[in-house]
Amino acid sequence: MAELDLPSMLFVLMLSTFVGFQVIQNVSRLLHTPLMSLTNAISAIAVVGSIIITGEHKDTLSTTLGAVAVFASVTNIVSGFLITDRMLKMFKEREPKR
Amino acid sequence: MNHSVGEVVTQLTYLLAAALFIFSLRWLNRPNTARRGVVAGVAGMSAAILGTLFHPEIVASGYVWIALAALVGIAVGIPLSRVPLTAVPQRTAISHAFGGLAAGLVGTAKYLLWLHDGSLTAFRVAVIAIEVILGYLTFTGSLMAAGKLQEVIPTRPITYPGQNFVNLGLLAIAFATGALLMLDPTRAYLFPVIIALSLLFGVLLIIPIGGADMPTVISLLNSYAGLSAVAMGFVLENKLLITAGALDGASGFILSVIMCRAMNRSFTNVLFGAFGQVQTAAAVGEAKPVKSASAQDAADYLGNASRVVVVPGYGMAVAQAQHRVKEIYEELTKRGVDVKFAIHPVAGRMPGHMNVLLAEAEIPYEALVEMDEINPEMPQTDVTLVVGANDVVNPAARSDKGSPIYGMPIIDADKSRMVLANKRSMNPGFAGIDNALYTADNTLMVFGDAKAVLGEIANALRHESKAAA
Repeated sequence: MAELDLPSMLFVLMLSTFVGFQVIQNVSRLLHTPLMSLTNAISAIAVVGSIIITGEHKDTLSTTLGAVAVFASVTNIVSGFLITDRMLKMFKEREPKR
Repeated sequence: MNHSVGEVVTQLTYLLAAALFIFSLRWLNRPNTARRGVVAGVAGMSAAILGTLFHPEIVASGYVWIALAALVGIAVGIPLSRVPLTAVPQRTAISHAFGGLAAGLVGTAKYLLWLHDGSLTAFRVAVIAIEVILGYLTFTGSLMAAGKLQEVIPTRPITYPGQNFVNLGLLAIAFATGALLMLDPTRAYLFPVIIALSLLFGVLLIIPIGGADMPTVISLLNSYAGLSAVAMGFVLENKLLITAGALDGASGFILSVIMCRAMNRSFTNVLFGAFGQVQTAAAVGEAKPVKSASAQDAADYLGNASRVVVVPGYGMAVAQAQHRVKEIYEELTKRGVDVKFAIHPVAGRMPGHMNVLLAEAEIPYEALVEMDEINPEMPQTDVTLVVGANDVVNPAARSDKGSPIYGMPIIDADKSRMVLANKRSMNPGFAGIDNALYTADNTLMVFGDAKAVLGEIANALRHESKAAA
């Protein structure tokens, strides 16, 4: 892994928090439930950390903890994206009157 | 620094994933681009996972573990995505729990691995402690919230004297233990203490919270889950984790603020206020006569109106009455009646809950109107139909300084020419507050189960149009 120092990590955190505020403030209130399930799926990107810990296979305990974390994250990714799409499909515009 | 080709590829996929995640949320701004957002999210996620799988440190036996865990995750994830939409708040709480759990477990594993290597620094211990505390408290807190939403745990707030003192004390001890561990990272016996305190704190944090506060609490737990991913990013020195966690954390925070504002309450008041307790004492007052109407009467009033506003609440979700609401909407629209739905931000059990339920019933989203937009139109509204909503239409919020909900913005149902309110009985609602709307001169109560009553109204309207044709 590339080495990262604390200041650059704080920088990334600061900038992405601002981007998050800007982007999310514009999300229509209609879609707040799908928003929550989508951000949930996205933050399950924690799966990459879990994958590395599991994959290194250093000892049984850490591998087991990692594998449970992979399970939890994959569950969130799969159910989060699927249910977001399922909900978004339901939001329909009024059919144009002929 | 030497970078292998594999590492460069991994970093590039992370960069791509971060950009796609931001676009994903950007496209969610409007319903007509929203589904593109899911595609972008899936693309970003796939890129990041593929990039990680090529990580040089992963060994062959590791792939087996990863594959098995992922398969179980898929097997659990698919059914979880097919729950009925009324159960979406519970599902969301469970996914916050899983997010917190993953962060807690990764933090624990990292501590053990680094303890073994002898590579624990004070900084590493500090970020691991934060990750573990946030992760495990989100885990148990969200499980509690899911239990309350599913009603396997009593939904009423459970309070005892000194509760806030106990809760904050526990959290303070957890952080102090983390600080002790920083001073000497090899005191491994302290680590389980931090875990146990965080797990316990999560449970105790949610115990005093009632159902009406769930939209705020779910948003807050969403924010914690995001922050625990950020902390994991600091532990693993991973920019993508920090970015994605910050997006999630920011989203949860914004939703919490919106929910708090919609209830005119502060964060601390939601977390430490135990809403439900106060009102039982406040619910005194002389019984005013209530006027009631039959479903047939209600259908007549609705059918002869030219502007109708429907105010849905959690009761509609409980009774699964959204499809009956849609039938009424269709019958009225056919006759040229203008029907709108007034959505209060905290109606339901999570942000946006009502919108999703009404969208499921195939009501076009243009008909769903936010509180601030509908209120100026209320005086020109002929009939307001209240379905399973209570506090969000209680005029006491505007007029009664003694009411626990005083100051909360409400939908001004009482200002419309006539109100038809559906309720099971005259028992006070969830919060136990008297609602003057039900005894107002222009209100008629339509008693009964929402699904049954609304079905009768829809049938009556249908017969009438047939008779007219």
